[in-house]
Amino acid sequence: MSVATHDSMIGAPHGYVRAAPVEALPPPAATTGVLGWMRAHLFSSPANIALTVLSALLIIWVVPPIIEFAFTHAVWSGSDREACLPTDQRPEVGACWAFVRERFSYFIYGSYPIPERWRVDVFFAMLAIGIFWLLWLEAPRRDLGAVYFFVVVPIVSFVLLTGFEAIGLRRVDTSLWGGVLVTIVVSWVGIVFSLPVGILLALGRRSHMPAVKLFSVIFIEFVRGVPLITVLFMASVMLPLFVPDAYSPDKLLRALIGIAMFASAYMAEVVRAGLQAIPKGQYEGAMAVGLGYWQMMSLIVLPQALKVTVPNIVNTYIGLFKDTTLVVIVGIFDFLRTVEVSRIDPKWAAPTTSATGYVFAAIFYFIFCYSMARYAKSVEARLAKGDRR
Amino acid sequence: MSIAQESGPPKVSLIYDPRIRSIAYQVVLCGVILFLAWSAVRNAAENLERAHISSGFGFWNQTAGFDISQTLIEYSAQAGTYGRAFWVGLLNTLLVAAIGIVLATIVGFLVGIARLSKNFLLAKLSAGYVETIRNVPLLLQLLFWYNAVLKALPDLRDSWSLWGSVYLNNRGFFAPYPIFGSGIGYVAAAFVVGVIGAIVYATWARRKQDRTGVQSPVALVALGLIVGLPVIAFFLAGMPATLEFPEKGRFNINGGLEILPELVALLIGLTLYTGAFIAEVVRAGIMAVSKGQTEAAGALGLRPGPTLKLVVIPQAMRVIIPPLTNQYLNLTKNSSLAVFVGYPDLVQIFTGTVLNQTGQAVEVVMITMAVYLSFSLITSLVMNWYNSRIALVER
Repeated sequence: MSVATHDSMIGAPHGYVRAAPVEALPPPAATTGVLGWMRAHLFSSPANIALTVLSALLIIWVVPPIIEFAFTHAVWSGSDREACLPTDQRPEVGACWAFVRERFSYFIYGSYPIPERWRVDVFFAMLAIGIFWLLWLEAPRRDLGAVYFFVVVPIVSFVLLTGFEAIGLRRVDTSLWGGVLVTIVVSWVGIVFSLPVGILLALGRRSHMPAVKLFSVIFIEFVRGVPLITVLFMASVMLPLFVPDAYSPDKLLRALIGIAMFASAYMAEVVRAGLQAIPKGQYEGAMAVGLGYWQMMSLIVLPQALKVTVPNIVNTYIGLFKDTTLVVIVGIFDFLRTVEVSRIDPKWAAPTTSATGYVFAAIFYFIFCYSMARYAKSVEARLAKGDRR
Repeated sequence: MSIAQESGPPKVSLIYDPRIRSIAYQVVLCGVILFLAWSAVRNAAENLERAHISSGFGFWNQTAGFDISQTLIEYSAQAGTYGRAFWVGLLNTLLVAAIGIVLATIVGFLVGIARLSKNFLLAKLSAGYVETIRNVPLLLQLLFWYNAVLKALPDLRDSWSLWGSVYLNNRGFFAPYPIFGSGIGYVAAAFVVGVIGAIVYATWARRKQDRTGVQSPVALVALGLIVGLPVIAFFLAGMPATLEFPEKGRFNINGGLEILPELVALLIGLTLYTGAFIAEVVRAGIMAVSKGQTEAAGALGLRPGPTLKLVVIPQAMRVIIPPLTNQYLNLTKNSSLAVFVGYPDLVQIFTGTVLNQTGQAVEVVMITMAVYLSFSLITSLVMNWYNSRIALVER
């Protein structure tokens, strides 16, 4: 069988056979480029056109006032309320950023004594290093990073922030702490405590020992069933009753205990979901090679379970970070509270001061929560890669 | 083969017996917890005695002596007891939770579906809303709505008004309120009859379809029965209801329905916040229905409408409902943030004022927690029942 090659057909009597394929016609103009995209995504049907128009109207209604408020009509500098009051030359006043600028260090440190504020900065830096170490997946010695984050930083920062006379650090009472410092301390204590306690509770809930299981279930369901406010109330008004008068914890510690309890219960459920996702064969395999309970859990089950729960753990942390705002109820000066106090200060009383303070606080929380959410998303995508065929 | 014949299990020291170990661990755990509980109770008794605070629930029937700005049941500072104040607060919590759940469901479903829309602008707009709201603390949002928006509304003199019957100012929202006369009972009865009739008709229609395949206009008939019958009864009974309009005076607005600005702020905040979470639940639910289901329905000849109604939604609901109830529960628990804007809910009245006046922290906090716990226990019981009912029957 011989096959006529392409070349041999040229010049052959079959004049109607083309030597080369016809150039493809360009796609209709209406389906490509910007126009085609708009047709497909914005104007494909009457209903779609209506939705586009409505959305566009909504954007026109919302966005320009926001830009005017935040930028074009905003006041950027000034030393007191005079700067932010509407005048005849300037009837419309937007955000009073001068207020935020003047109060900025109060928002960060609260009433922490000014000469000692470097200690807070060192604390933030240590924390940032720890977070970076743990989150950067190619970082060297991430096991050391975990020890640093969960053991070294808590101890060092406790000494640093409360003070230790013997090494020349003046004592700073926790009632002076405030602002972002307190928000970070509270959420970080929640984060550091909730993971180990949550793991223990989750293991307890899946334990075969009835007493262990019962106590775990009661704790988890009780804390998850009530609002955080009532847990904080409990920590703040009932806890002092339950300990001898001499050991009555200070206000911040009470709030921290409440937050840690609350976060642990939620973390326990997240970890439990991860444990349930591990096939039974893993447990049986571990037992078959002769591992004991703790070895089986720490070497085989938990590493796999925690890996798949990382996104949910981070989401729990986001919730926890937002919930720290509730510590106001027990008289702690967290970031939101410093904003609240500043906005009603007569020195800055102007029509837009409140809105400015709230917008600034919202931007702060948004940046933190959104970046945590992005991290969770990226971990999720990375985990999904392994399952993709 | 010289393997020694073993008889029975090998002798092991008792401390390696897993059963004995497990019992020992549990005894130790129970011991520690009992000790903690006992010392807590002892300390509490000591501390309370030193502070001269009585214990027990005797305060329940004492006169409260404080006013509450919104009461759904009869209550006054002189005659009301702490127990009565508790019920007022509980009802206010339930009111805000009920309205919030309805509104948040509407917002959540609309936004969740909009986020899946093919319309680029609409999808991005919904995504922006969800991402912004979800990443800002609820408390901050509530304070914003209350202090920066509602408190900044014009005062009474410059109230915003709609046709002179609806007013909005920094004292709240005022709307007409129906006052029922005698004969409204007939309307209520007609409504009940309409609902029963609609259920009977729907059952009959389904049986008929099972038997013959012929469909009946269930939705139209049900609407006619539920709305039409009461309307007819209303006119037959001689229109036994009048609207009471709010009237603007010099110093306040009289009559009509008054909604406190605290309630408005709380509802806006809770609705927008929970709505964003519900939107994500709805989106996940719809996306969980695989594309093959829609395509198979198309291959069987179902048009898009019935496909959505008969194939996609029933399967999506199976995924949506458990996290949706969870969100409802969250909304109810989050309504306790009312205390920050001064809306008189259970926490504000009971854990706030009553606790301050009586000093009986243990009892008051325990009662409050018990209320919220029973909400969540009831919900999870219902959910377990529902889940077992709709769970996929597997081999």
